[in-house]
Parts: sequence; C-alpha cells; structure tokens
Amino acid sequence: MSDTILELDHIEKSFGGTSVLHGVSLSVQHGEFVTLLGPSGCGKTTTLRIIAGLETPDAGRVLLRGTDMTAAPPEKRDVNTVFQNYALFPHMTVAANIGYSLKLKKMPRTEIAAQVQQALELVQLDGFGTRMPAELSGGQRQRVAIARALVNRPSVLLLDEPLGALDLQLRRQMQLELKRLQKQLGLTFIYITHDQEEALNMSDRIAVMHEGRFEQVGTPAEVYDRPRTSFVARFVGTANIVKGQVLQNEEGILTVHTAGGQVPALCCNCGKGAGDGVTLAVRSEHVEFCTEGGIPATVKEKTFAGGMLRISLALENGDELVASRHGIDIALSAGEGVRVTWSAQNAVPVDTHTEAQV
Amino acid sequence: MKNRTKLPNIYLGIILFVIYLPIVLVVVYSFNESKISSVWGGFSLRWYETLFRDKDMFEALVNSIVLGLSSSLAAAIIGTLGAVGFTKITARTKNVVEYISMLPMMTPEIILGMVFMAFFSLLGLPFGMTTLIIGHTAFCIPYIYMLVKARLVGMDKSLPEAARDLGASETRVFFDITLPLIAPAIASGMLLSFAMSFDDVIISLFVTGVNVNTLPIKVYTSLKTGVTPEINALCTLMLAFTILVVTVSALLGRKKS
Amino acid sequence: MRNHGRSRAGIWLMLAPLYLFTLLFVAGPLIYMVVLSFQQRAEVWGVVHTFTLDNYKNILTPVYLQTFVESFKLALTSTALITLIGYPFGYFMAKLPAIWKKRMMLLIMIPFWTNSLIRLYGWIIIFRANGSLDKILMGLGLTDSPLKLLYTYPAVVVGMVYALLQFMILAVYSSAEKMDWSLVEAARDLGASPLRAFYTVTLKMTLPGLLSGIILTFIPSMGLFFIADILGGNKVVLVGSLIQDQLMKAHNQPFAAALSLVLMVLTTLMISLYKRVTHSSELEGLL
Repeated sequence: MSDTILELDHIEKSFGGTSVLHGVSLSVQHGEFVTLLGPSGCGKTTTLRIIAGLETPDAGRVLLRGTDMTAAPPEKRDVNTVFQNYALFPHMTVAANIGYSLKLKKMPRTEIAAQVQQALELVQLDGFGTRMPAELSGGQRQRVAIARALVNRPSVLLLDEPLGALDLQLRRQMQLELKRLQKQLGLTFIYITHDQEEALNMSDRIAVMHEGRFEQVGTPAEVYDRPRTSFVARFVGTANIVKGQVLQNEEGILTVHTAGGQVPALCCNCGKGAGDGVTLAVRSEHVEFCTEGGIPATVKEKTFAGGMLRISLALENGDELVASRHGIDIALSAGEGVRVTWSAQNAVPVDTHTEAQV
Repeated sequence: MKNRTKLPNIYLGIILFVIYLPIVLVVVYSFNESKISSVWGGFSLRWYETLFRDKDMFEALVNSIVLGLSSSLAAAIIGTLGAVGFTKITARTKNVVEYISMLPMMTPEIILGMVFMAFFSLLGLPFGMTTLIIGHTAFCIPYIYMLVKARLVGMDKSLPEAARDLGASETRVFFDITLPLIAPAIASGMLLSFAMSFDDVIISLFVTGVNVNTLPIKVYTSLKTGVTPEINALCTLMLAFTILVVTVSALLGRKKS
Repeated sequence: MRNHGRSRAGIWLMLAPLYLFTLLFVAGPLIYMVVLSFQQRAEVWGVVHTFTLDNYKNILTPVYLQTFVESFKLALTSTALITLIGYPFGYFMAKLPAIWKKRMMLLIMIPFWTNSLIRLYGWIIIFRANGSLDKILMGLGLTDSPLKLLYTYPAVVVGMVYALLQFMILAVYSSAEKMDWSLVEAARDLGASPLRAFYTVTLKMTLPGLLSGIILTFIPSMGLFFIADILGGNKVVLVGSLIQDQLMKAHNQPFAAALSLVLMVLTTLMISLYKRVTHSSELEGLL
C-alpha cells in the first residue's frame, strides 16, 4: 500500500439533481498509467475534475499520498491537468505558458528558463518558446499543454481526451510519445478517452466507466479477454453477446445450450450450475466454423473493413452473431447454412444487470 | 437571378449625405474669415487663434477631460468587477444583478438628470466636479458592464481552471488570466464612456455647479445666446477628437476578433 | 460546497461597488423622486415634507396637459419619420456585402459618437435666415424670400430625427443582419409576391429590431429639451423642457419629480410592452 499515490473513496456527485457519479472508488499506484474509458456522459470527466479539485464531490474522499485532499482547492494539489481543448493562455508566449506554474512558485528567473527549455526539448518543441499559442498547429499546442503540465513534476498527471482533436496519424504518434514520456519520467498518468484502441494500447490498467460507475477495472488483457459485464464486452473490442442455459458445469467448463445447439464456455468460480441462465461474451475473431456440433447459423452478409472480413450470421433464435477473419474473402456465400462454435477459454459469462444499451 | 437595382445604394448614399452635411458645414465654416457664418469671407485660421486664447474655453476643456477620465475610470472599475462577479453567481440572483446594472441605461437621461439634481441637493452635496463625476459614472457603468460581460461569457472557461490547476490562487487567476483577456473590452468600454461623458449635455446641466463648465455646456450656452465662429473651430476640434476615439476603438475591436 | 465559503464572500465583494453605487446613486434617487412627487414645494426654496397630490392634479391642468400632448405629438412625428427613413436604411445596409457592412457601420458610428451639439449646430447653419438652405432654394428660384426655418416646429422635428436616427438604423440592422434570407426566397418560391414576402417574412423577422428602434427613439424624444431649445427657440416646449424649467427656473422640485415619474411610467410601460410582444429581455441593437 505504500506505493498508492491516489485513492478515490466512494465518490458521489450530482449536478442539479441528476446523479453523475455513484460511489466511484479507485486506487492508483505510483508510476501507473490508468485509463478511464467510457462513452461520453459516463462521468469520466467529472471524476477527473474531482481529482484536480475543479469540482467538489457530494460525498466520498480524495486521497493524495494518503492525505485527504477532498476540500483542498486545485492550486494546493500536487496534480496537473492537460485540458481537452489545451486551455493555453492566449496572451502568453509558449515559454510563459510552460513557466507559469514555476513563476507562481517564485522560482528564480534563470531556473525557470532552464526548466522551460528542458520541458520544450522533452516535447520536441525546442525553439518554439517565443511563439504565441495562436501561431501553433493543433499538435504543437498539444505538446505545449503537456509540457506545461509536466514542468511541475506533479504526483499525478490528468489528461482529458488529450488527443481528441488530432487527426488519426498524429494521434498514433502522440500515443507513443505520451507513453514514452510517462515511462521516461516515471509519472503517474490518469488518462481519459472514449477510444478503446487508445486505452488498450497505452494503459497499465483500464477502468471502464458506464453511467457513473466503474464496470470493470483491470489490465487491458483482463478487460479485453475477461469482460465482467456485457457492457464491457461490447464497448471494449465489440464482442458478441449470446444468451443461453447451462446444461452442465464440469470442472469450470460449461456446456451451454443456445439457439438450437451447444457451445462451451469458461467458468472460473462463476457459480453457475445446470439449469442456470447465462450470458456469454465471445469476440468475433474467436468464432470458428465447424462441420458438426456447435450451433447452426445462416450467413447474412460479408463486409470488408480495416483489414478484416466481417461475416454476419443469423442464429435460429433471431440473434445476430459476427465472425471476423483476416484476408478479404472466405468460401462462404450469403444464405449458406453453417455451424459455428468456439473454444471454452474464448467465451466468458458476463453480468447483464448494468446494461441498458450501448 | 439577382436583378439588383442601384436604388438601395442610392438611398443609402443620400441619407449618408444628409447625415454628414451639417457636420461638414460646421467644419467648412470654421475656416471662414467672416464673422457671419452665412457669408464666406475666405479661408482663415483666426477662429482657431481666438479659441486658443480663450481662457474660459480652455478651462471648460480641462474640466471635460478630467470629468471624462475620472468617470470612465470609476465606471471601468465598478463595471468590470460587477461583470466578473456576475459570471460567478447562481442563475437565480443573476436577474436581479442584471436589472440593477442596466437600470441607468433604461432610465431616460432627462429623468436621471432630474433625480440626480434632487437627490444631491437632498444629500447636501456641493454641486460641481464631484456631482458631475458621480452622475457620469452612473450612466457609463452599464456600457462597461455590458462589454466586459460579453467578453467574459465568450471566454474559454478552462483558462482560469488551467491556471488554478497550475497553482494560482483565485486572486492570481484574476490578475494573470482574466484581466489581460478582458482588457480590450475594458479599454473600448472606457473609450465609449469617455466619448459619452465628453458629449453629455443633459445630465451635466442638472448636476454641475455654478462655476464649473464642461465643454458641451459651454457650447450649449453659446448656441443659445450668440454664436461666434470660434464655436465652429471648437466643434471641428471635438469632431476630430471623436473620429480619433471611434477609430481607435474600432481598431481595438478588430484586434479582438 | 466546503471550499466555496471564501470565494462566495469574494464574489459579493466584487459586486458590492456596482450594487452600492447603482443603488445609492440611481435607485436611491429614483425612489426619492417618487417620494418627492407627493410633497409640496416651499415658498421660496426647497421642499416641505407634507403629503399632497397637488403635483399630479397640476399635471392635469390644461396648460401642462397640453405640453404632454404636444410633446407626445412631436415624439410620434419624429419616431414615425425616423422609422420611415431608418428602417429601409438598416434593411438595405444588412443586404450589403460584408466589407461594405463594416464600412457603413463605421460611417454610421462616427456621427453617432460626435457631439450632438456639433451636429445641431450644423443645422443652425443650414436653417438660419439667409443660411445655406435659403441660399440654395433661392438660387434655384424655388422661393423668393428666406424661409426662416430656424426656430420653427419643423426645424425641431428635423433636429430630433437627425439626433436619433442612428438608434433606429442600428436596431433594424442588427435584427435584419441575423435574418435568414433564404426564408424570403422560400416564400417567393412558394408563390408570394415580393410585397407579400416582405410583409409575411421580412417584417415579422425584423419586428424586434423595429420595435426596439421605436422605443430607443420615442423615449429620448420626449426628453431632449436642448434640441427644442436650440432649434425651436422657446416656441416648442417638451416634457423635458418643462422638467428642466421647473427645476432650474421655478425651483419646483416636487412638480418636476411628478412630471418625471409620469414620463418614467410611460417609458416603463413601453419597454414592458416590447418585452411582451417580442418575448425578449434585451433591446435589440443597444450597443
């Protein structure tokens, strides 16, 4: 526990009668890269603003290095934010923007200059110190915002969709760079995004948020491979959701009856037994075609996108299932009857109670 | 598809001509040698000379400048603080603050002048520069308030938040971030206030003392009694000054956007 | 709301000067005006603090009622003329190309901020007997003798129109500028004649500006006594002139207060009517 840098303890917050956060708890280790992932309006920005001190929670505590900072104003917190729209001060030069927090600390002028120079080099903006923010491109502004937040060496750096306004290529590049900075400086990052790829790429841990709650907190692999709820399964890497009934539970391997067939599933301590209803999450790339066993399905259509072939299948109960393959075509045509299955470790039971819709 | 006739443009031109005609006449006749303004007696600068030698006129000018500067400055401070405060209060109290701030603008000038006069004599304030400054400040406040408020409402909310996040106290945020960003609005508000104070006849007439003349009051009295071309010269100079103020404020406005 | 106590105090500290100043020097005097209007003037100077309705009865005497009526007529005439001249101006201005809009705005703003006395003085030069207008008219052979327009009712009307025209232009312009012109085209497309399209679409859309312009010109035109003074001699008496005379010459503060109060009530009624009709809280084109 000595390495816990930030702790959120049952944070609740509502705006004008609308509850936004319902008892959110999270503990972040020093040097960790934690991503809050969720659709817009799920409460992730509010969580960030509460950590920064820009909002006060209605209930719950915020602890920084074990000290209760819930009531502390933002300027008293050893936390800095990279704002979504960068929030660069338009009337100050790049150097003045970056050096602002140092100036507030009454650091000597020469020292400020040296640190600003170092920060500029860090974000590869050497020589841009005398420019005004309006003269920079979006990517450059982004770097200034990062440098400004980093120069203070905060305990925790909060990033609110920092790459949201950049184009795809620049985004990829900045993802790598941010990760490099974080590792190089050994900083703790709390990162907000609604882009699951970004979250899976960069994070040590992901907290998937939905309607003011954490649905699941875990490593990218856990969240991706072992989604706890159907919401997580759908939101992270868009999985198929299949409902069925347990026929038997044999040493953690379930046999599930669904849509006119039988499929296996993995159940580590899921407590399901014969006769229980179950909802399975199966990733499209794990759906396999077979000649016997499994469940019968009809090919509806094939689409090619992002290097993958997506095959839409209709099940007997009317549900839709998606399978994906590398390559541009497969020897199946629309209307053709097939059988599909998956191996047990690729299908996990998920909770459905939190899900309204995605 | 546009069968645009020239008619609208001709109309605009004619009206503009009529608007500018009296102003141009004042300027032209200020260079008239003849004392009678309906007779052109040749080009001359003698009325400017007379004007510059006129001690009363000079005193009135100084008064007007002092008055304009003090009231626009006072209005700038009060109006700006009010506008900044306005953005931080809850929606419910906003209407009240808004109503109070705009009250001087919604009251006809003649009534403002009347009530100022009655009220100041009730308070026993000596009529003179003090009462002038109070009166002018009162009608200048709404203009500063409106301009600064518009600027604040349009300002990126995350800028002050970013400053606080970087360690600035609320006071520091105001001086480091908010004030520099609303400075152009304050400046153009002060210019407008100055121009209005410099132009005001009605309120000044009611609240001025026996011995304190402002330039507009002086012009008013001369227009009512006998006009000498000296007034033309004065008007021309005031006009030049106004054009300068309007241009500067337009340039400030352009820089903003 | 734990850390908000300190900043709340700060906010009220910021608003305090605005409140104190406006309440003390604007709302205070206005309230005093109401009180004053029910009191009696002293024999020579000052006010006797006894309740009376005499001032209001006084207003209803034919002499003063006449002034109100005359003043109202003048304001109506001026406002009507201002509307006739200013509405098309603002409308045409809004249809100009962007660059000309800006230039036009500057051209309108310069006289707007020019000392109103200077501009009136220009009209004195024009109207004066044997002044510019007479010379031109006689030169063209349109009249034989000077018209002697200065110190007449028409001269005052011209002065009013001239002094207040910009308010109407700016108000109409600001609402015409915001208008979606494709609506007019749609109306035409659906078979409306140009006149009908103007009436059903343009006029309705620019109504807030028009009404705002009417208020912004009508209200001051009841009070701009110095225009009546300078261009009308003492032949035209406005409510404004009356208030000024009662204060400065007759030293009858209570009566001046009653006159002001009646004027203020008329003003407030007009503004609230405007808000009722247009459902908006701010006058169009104020700045």
